[in-house]
Amino acid sequence: MSAWGRSAGWSAALAAALVAVVVASAAIGPVRIPPIEVVKAVLNAVVVPAGVETTPQWVGPLMLPSVDLAYRSPFAFPVNGVHEQIVVGVRLPRILMAALVGFALAAAGTVMQGFFRNPMADPSIIGVSSGAAVGAVAFIVFPVALSATLTLPVVGAVDLALSHGAGVSLFAFVGALVAAFGVYAIATRHGRTPVATLLLAGVAVQTFLGAVISYLQLQAGESLRRIVAWLMGHLSGAAWSDVAVTAVVVPPLFGVLLVYARDLNVMLLGEEEARGLGIAVERTKRILLGAAALITAAGVAFAGVIGFVGLIVPHMLRLVVGPDHRVLLPSAALAGGSFLVAADTIARAGSTELPVGIVTAAVGAPFFIYLLMTREVHEL
Amino acid sequence: MTAESPTVSGSERFTGDDPAPGTADDSAPDTADDSAPDTADDSAASAVDPAGDTPPIEVSDLSVSFGDVPVVSGVDLRVERGSLVGLVGPNGAGKTTVLRAIKGTLSPDAGEVRLDGDPAESLSPREAGRRVASVPQGTNLAFDFRVRQIVEMGRTPHLGRFDGHGPDDERAVREAMDAADVARFADRAITEVSGGERQRVLLARALAQETPSLLLDEPTASLDVNHAVRTLELVRRLVDDGRAALAAIHDLDVAARYCDEIVVLANGGVRAAGPPEAVLTAETLRDAFGAETFVGENPATGSPTVTAFDEADGEGPRGSLGSRRVHVVGTGRPAARVVARLSAADHAVSVGVVPEGDAAAGVAVDADAPAVTAPPFAAVPPERRDEATALAREAEVTVAVGKTGETGEAEAESASESEANAAVLAASDRIVRISGDADRGVDEDELLGAVHGGSGGDLTGEGDLAGEGDQVGEAGDIDLPDRRD
Repeated sequence: MSAWGRSAGWSAALAAALVAVVVASAAIGPVRIPPIEVVKAVLNAVVVPAGVETTPQWVGPLMLPSVDLAYRSPFAFPVNGVHEQIVVGVRLPRILMAALVGFALAAAGTVMQGFFRNPMADPSIIGVSSGAAVGAVAFIVFPVALSATLTLPVVGAVDLALSHGAGVSLFAFVGALVAAFGVYAIATRHGRTPVATLLLAGVAVQTFLGAVISYLQLQAGESLRRIVAWLMGHLSGAAWSDVAVTAVVVPPLFGVLLVYARDLNVMLLGEEEARGLGIAVERTKRILLGAAALITAAGVAFAGVIGFVGLIVPHMLRLVVGPDHRVLLPSAALAGGSFLVAADTIARAGSTELPVGIVTAAVGAPFFIYLLMTREVHEL
Repeated sequence: MTAESPTVSGSERFTGDDPAPGTADDSAPDTADDSAPDTADDSAASAVDPAGDTPPIEVSDLSVSFGDVPVVSGVDLRVERGSLVGLVGPNGAGKTTVLRAIKGTLSPDAGEVRLDGDPAESLSPREAGRRVASVPQGTNLAFDFRVRQIVEMGRTPHLGRFDGHGPDDERAVREAMDAADVARFADRAITEVSGGERQRVLLARALAQETPSLLLDEPTASLDVNHAVRTLELVRRLVDDGRAALAAIHDLDVAARYCDEIVVLANGGVRAAGPPEAVLTAETLRDAFGAETFVGENPATGSPTVTAFDEADGEGPRGSLGSRRVHVVGTGRPAARVVARLSAADHAVSVGVVPEGDAAAGVAVDADAPAVTAPPFAAVPPERRDEATALAREAEVTVAVGKTGETGEAEAESASESEANAAVLAASDRIVRISGDADRGVDEDELLGAVHGGSGGDLTGEGDLAGEGDQVGEAGDIDLPDRRD
């Protein structure tokens, strides 16, 4: 079977597993809800566009038709209203956030391990997580009101304001990209970016940013607790708006990575040979690094630093589906989604909620050790 | 340096049995990759001239340096269709650097590389990947891809971003795996195969690329003798089918046997280029490698065979002692070795009288040394004896191998030959007698030392005492010069 065929098969199976994990997770919590009710509630929440309505609207001299989509719900199962509210309003956004973040981190981790030809590479290797942490922590310690009033021609004044949570995410996202770009710029000379230099620059920048984070924590005072919670990784408080933003950002970036999956395979032979096989090496490296940094930043911006997903999930899947990135990348991403949903379910299932980062590390590391000891692991 | 390569057709070569029955003809892809699916947008492909006189690989005035250290400069090189060019030279001469410049993985400081007539710099990596494929010395594969997957990667330059493998790709991969004899372990992980198998996988990958040109960097370095021959026979067949190949080769005998042309790279530049017979000479090799070599003819293949000797300190042409005119008397392999070693040390050697067809006579021919021969098992004609005597008289030293010239003592000599050689020895200024024991061989240091008249241990004292005075002076200098730098 062709590689893309195998890829589709594994993806379908792992997507089904992800759906099952999501449903199971939504059923678990202080209020037990039967899985069938979960499915019905989710289906009830599905809306499809049913038509377009336009209403003429005059803005100054211009007639701007205001376009509204009419939606309709195709399903109307009888479901307990409280259950429906718990599933759709409370649990589902958090669960989907976990799925998206796990997906993004595992995809980025897979690409980084291949890119660096180093089994210890993970999404944070080029400073993305440290940069996000500095951005988030800085905003928590020195919050600024993020509001602005834009005066646009025609439309008039528009008030823009970000909630505190959105501010943290925005700063984390920007911090992640600044750090990643900094590492890239440090490692690049004469248009070439040697992978080994990139790795070392990443270590150096991460160390430096770690010092910045420690200093900020000393200055934190009251907000130290929130900083620690953010640094450990968390998914509580995810709202539908957060999910929507992440769901818009992650899939296109994943698409870019997938398009370059075959090039990444060839890059594993070494840059010189990849060049000989027709790969535009430096350009491919820039695209892979850029997309992996962005997708990681999108993941950590909302959820904080969640370790181990991007390190362990690609390893596990490589043992199962092999090293071909056309198969490995979608498989690892989907499995990463399932893994983080499951880990977050454990995190919130107990009497006191744990940061999900603790769960991923506590569950993931022993499982990884088990894999190392029971399976023959080649020079991964 | 850009001499047209005289193409030696495959039939003239010693090819032995076809090492891969059934795969030979159908596995060697057609002349060029014109039949390969051209999915690319590059219009440059149309500039490829399949039958014309544009050489697939042309390097002109190439200079490369790493930082301030120049590696090669002014290299000119040309590989024609149907020609296998061997790149030889000492370690660090820049063979791999030249190959990398052709591949485009390093950019030259000066000069130009043209692939099928187009400057390599103007080609996209993809287009370059469809014109030239390379087999690297080794590879470090960190992830356990299957062998088949590695070979399939050779198709990369032929595939568009979203293309799957079509029938052409499948065929190319299958043929490449058969040709390189890796099909047997196609489903094993690359991390689980041996070094030699891995090297053949890389060859298969390059073949799957179906390019008109091949670059090989030490293609046989880690192969067993069987697969080394199979690999080169395969390359030879591909070349005979019209491809161009450039191979960096350490083994001079291998280069001589398979290449149409040899380019000697040393001290940062091309030292010699041309057919193996013309290039592989003791002088060229001494210049390039700084080694004393004897170039003979391989009796099994008829191609030149190079034997290198360790330079004894203070001896040889670049020591203070200089070249001597030496006459050798003796027969068989011991005498042959003496002739080879002395001529490698740049002494002017002559031989005789030896029976026709004797090993020593054969080596003398290879060494371009005058040899006086006589019909075997017959009386030595007087004119031959006089000829040999004349050669011995003009020589500074005569080396007598074994008990030659002593009637009834030298086993290999007839009475007539002993008598003739005794006359030759009698005419010599100075005689050095070397043990002719075939089992013990010839002690090189002893031989060279003795020829220079100094420290040799096996002098029999038969020498002419008139030369003794010089010899002592010369012997004192023996250890001074160090020519190994």
